[in-house]
Amino acid sequence: MSSPTSDHAVDIDRHVRVYITVFVALMVLTVVTVAISRLHLSVPVAVTVALLVAIVKGSLVACYFMHLISEKKLIYAVLILTAAFFVVLLALPVLTHSDGFWIPE
Amino acid sequence: MDIPYTVEVRRDTGLTNGKIGIWLFLASEVMLFGALFASYILIRTGAPSWPRGDTILDVPLATFNTIVLIGSSVTMVMAWASLKRNRFGTFRLYMGATILLGLVFLVVKYFEYSAKFHHGLFPSTNNFLAIYFTLTGLHMLHVFGGMVVNAYFWGPGAKLWKTNPEWFTNRVEHSGLFWHFVDLVWIFLFPTLYLL
Repeated sequence: MSSPTSDHAVDIDRHVRVYITVFVALMVLTVVTVAISRLHLSVPVAVTVALLVAIVKGSLVACYFMHLISEKKLIYAVLILTAAFFVVLLALPVLTHSDGFWIPE
Repeated sequence: MDIPYTVEVRRDTGLTNGKIGIWLFLASEVMLFGALFASYILIRTGAPSWPRGDTILDVPLATFNTIVLIGSSVTMVMAWASLKRNRFGTFRLYMGATILLGLVFLVVKYFEYSAKFHHGLFPSTNNFLAIYFTLTGLHMLHVFGGMVVNAYFWGPGAKLWKTNPEWFTNRVEHSGLFWHFVDLVWIFLFPTLYLL
């Protein structure tokens, strides 16, 4: 039976060390997320900080566990297009508000 | 007829068909959860008042589940790395751990849901609980789906390793990408629903 990638064994060892480091970072950031929520900041500040920490954690998962840091251009193109539509989707509530379609209580 | 480009990369994309396929699927999943997050923003900003998640939900249990799911992402990527190192026995251990951690996540969610129902808190109770049950319910379905696929690769699907190890390794990588995506969604759900 042929080995799929035994040539890259050293590379994989390096990757495994990165995975462990990322795991520790994610654990620390999870504690930070909960600790910040205990500070009872104002809602805008709390939302901003919580989302910033979540974005950092999400980026670590995407870049290292999902290997996006070394992916092909086509995948990046797909994700840039997705991100653009995602932003429009999240902006829809805001647009609804500013267009006057908002129905107050 | 063999499925084309399962192991060798296409010259035009530089990718196997499976890899581009899973990423296109994940792109559609981003839009699915994106629509629900947009709904959450719409409902929350339109509400005269909105409860802090920690006044209704169980933060310690959700924190535990966050650790469990992140841990399962690590075991998943280690399962793939084990195949890359040609260590099938280690793969089985890590993949088994990933499935078990997924099960722990679902059991904890079961206790969380049960406690809510026991206290008369249902999706119909208010908008907060409606969006909470919708988002976490859909996420749980994804965890379950990922577990089914992973269990297939741990069990009957693993015989592909004997005939075409590289194809099997690619398949595990693709199921891993889905599993990490499910983890990524939870990383955003946890603060949004439980802490803000």
